[in-house]
Amino acid sequence: MEKELRSPVAQRPMNVEDPVSKTGIGAQISVELNGVKLKVDMGKSILDVCRDNNVYIPTLCYHEDLCIAGNCRMCMVEVEGMRTLQAACAFPITSPIKIKTFSDKVRKARKHTADLLLSEHYGECYSCVRNNNCELQTIARECGVDSYEFGHVCEPRFEIDSSSHAVIRDMDKCILCRRCVRTCIDLQEVGVLEAINRGYDTKISTFMDKPLADVICINCGQCINRCPTGALHANDPSDEIWKAIEDPTKHVVMQTAPSPRAAIGEEFGLPAGTSMTGQLNTAIKRMGFDMVFDTNFTADLTIMEEGTELLNRLKKALVDKDENVKLPQFTSCSPGWVKFIEHFYPEKLDYLSTAKSPQQMFGAVIKTFYAKEAGIDPKDIVTVALMPCAAKKFECNRPEMNSSGYKDVDYGLTTREMAKMIREAGLKLPDLPKTNFDEPFGDASGAGLIFGATGGVMEAALRTVYELVTGRPVPFEGLNIDVCRGMKGIKEAKVKLENCKDEFSYLEGVELKFIVAHGTANANHVMKMLIKGELEGYHFVEIMACPGGCIGGGGQPIPTSELIRKLRAKAIYAEESTMPVRKSHENPRIKFIYNNFLTDGPGGKLSHELLHTEYVKRGKYIE
Amino acid sequence: MCETGKLLRNEFIGELVKKMGNERKSLLPILQEIQKKYHYIDEHSQQVVADLLNIHPVEVNSVISFYAFLYDAPRGRNIVRVCKNIVCEFHGSKGIAKALSDELGIEFDQTTEDGRVTLEYANCFGMCDKSPSILINDKIHEKVSKETALKLIRELK
Repeated sequence: MEKELRSPVAQRPMNVEDPVSKTGIGAQISVELNGVKLKVDMGKSILDVCRDNNVYIPTLCYHEDLCIAGNCRMCMVEVEGMRTLQAACAFPITSPIKIKTFSDKVRKARKHTADLLLSEHYGECYSCVRNNNCELQTIARECGVDSYEFGHVCEPRFEIDSSSHAVIRDMDKCILCRRCVRTCIDLQEVGVLEAINRGYDTKISTFMDKPLADVICINCGQCINRCPTGALHANDPSDEIWKAIEDPTKHVVMQTAPSPRAAIGEEFGLPAGTSMTGQLNTAIKRMGFDMVFDTNFTADLTIMEEGTELLNRLKKALVDKDENVKLPQFTSCSPGWVKFIEHFYPEKLDYLSTAKSPQQMFGAVIKTFYAKEAGIDPKDIVTVALMPCAAKKFECNRPEMNSSGYKDVDYGLTTREMAKMIREAGLKLPDLPKTNFDEPFGDASGAGLIFGATGGVMEAALRTVYELVTGRPVPFEGLNIDVCRGMKGIKEAKVKLENCKDEFSYLEGVELKFIVAHGTANANHVMKMLIKGELEGYHFVEIMACPGGCIGGGGQPIPTSELIRKLRAKAIYAEESTMPVRKSHENPRIKFIYNNFLTDGPGGKLSHELLHTEYVKRGKYIE
Repeated sequence: MCETGKLLRNEFIGELVKKMGNERKSLLPILQEIQKKYHYIDEHSQQVVADLLNIHPVEVNSVISFYAFLYDAPRGRNIVRVCKNIVCEFHGSKGIAKALSDELGIEFDQTTEDGRVTLEYANCFGMCDKSPSILINDKIHEKVSKETALKLIRELK
């Protein structure tokens, strides 16, 4: 089930096939790196060899998630015998060479390259969102840039495109490294951005230079995470949130998703994979939010609703032999993925679960159930969602997301913006004491927590569905369904249902088959399989729009890489393994809400009003 | 664009793709054919091409914007290109350019109001030995003077 690469050969990652033996003749090559003799693997790039040997080379267009572009020329090194300098990232070593990484020629060339990049960059560092976290800034420092040798842009030349709810494009900051282009076309296969025109007139543009809100953008924000400068950033609502906090008539409620807690520490200098749940709660309360709730609670609610929906579909398919039932059921928690399928496969929308995402469920629950319980007029409640996600900003602004009678979620806030607000409030997050979430949504299960990593929804759903059907816990060591975990693009697994309860006897002996995919490129592949009929016999598919799932979301701290995403996932799984309740249906708050509010049970009438939604057939043609 | 226009283009592009294949390498020939027929490649056609070749519309747009002879917006019925290469400039292309511009009352990269002529610069026709040269639609005119150039564009319909 490996994904076939759609990009042309010239744009694919540079790979030299592995030699049969790692030590045999031809497998290892002697090179001299700054006078040090080394043996390196055949086909490794100079950049990789340098990184392995602690030789630092500045890079800009290089990103380990993306294919090699070799266009920024920052990583130039001298290879003895070659007339010109070579780009280290795009030079596979296939013969014995002598490399110099900081000779006079190299340093001069790098400085000139940096100067040339700066001559096109409207560098207003103090007012830039990426101040102190900008790769161009770092390179200017490292290359010893001390004057604008080739001039400097002093006036903005482009209009800022802030049409999108999620992503803002400021082309004055763009240095044409094309990371966003490769992210959008190769990594996500959405294809919003490309370079248009030629030579000096080149710029990164959308289709016919339309505003981002009008083109087929899924708002995943992956381009933001990979932009080396501030050319792409998220639409920041923090000013309005501060205003709501200052307003005494407003009751400001924050809900926090699991992924930001595992990543926000990075914004405060902590290593990736440091969980900050308790400290974050304290910070949010000290900043003046009235309540802080755990989105994991509605993640549990999502599992109940989505699991019930799956069982209903299975029943219709197996018992009623209904031909119109769409299986496999696709998850709908990832707003990027939802918009992706709305655009690219609108005819397949029936496969999508109708359950809202946890964020939107919480919005609806807060402005109905909580408002009633707490005796607050829902019009005075402002709900803010701390999410790892840029697409959540779009999702909360969808016109249909007002089932409480008001806008369910007022603002979507990314991890980066939360960190900015915490800094504005003068709080040192790592030093804060830990506090718990507020009641009445203070408890959540571990199943809700692992929503943050790819495979988490599937794992949580299986724990609940299997137990509902058989009355026994899912047959995996310590409830850890390891087949769902890890960073493989498309994962596949199955569980056999045996000795089912009487009411689920129609599922006796059924082998539940499921697929987990992350990143819309993999999602695209799964959809192609669905169209070809290769998903016959599968029951449930989890899809997350971002690579790695929410922990790699478009609102997470920059930089991102597979290692960072793995560390964040590890933090989530580690926290989860110590949770007292690890199954959604055992969460006491879930039982409480179904007993006291959604009294007709999961999938009931009130659930359908508040917790389910409909999708828009958007299509991929722009008028 | 009206629905009929869209349908006509869908059909035309469908035929082209059938003839030339739906691989990326067919992109340029397809775009050239569309341009030949409709004089420019409109938004809808770009999206249809992208859809049929299984690439993204913005990639088609990127290719069109890269090539000077492909257009994504309507142009005049006749396109007059003046070479701005240094050899042509030595032989007086600037004067010709000014004369044409004054005669038509438009700047370069603009089209006359009646849609008769679009003026453009081009980088080099490879006709330096017979400079200055201008290209009117597909026909190259060598060693033109101001007078012949003006005569040529007055004849354009």
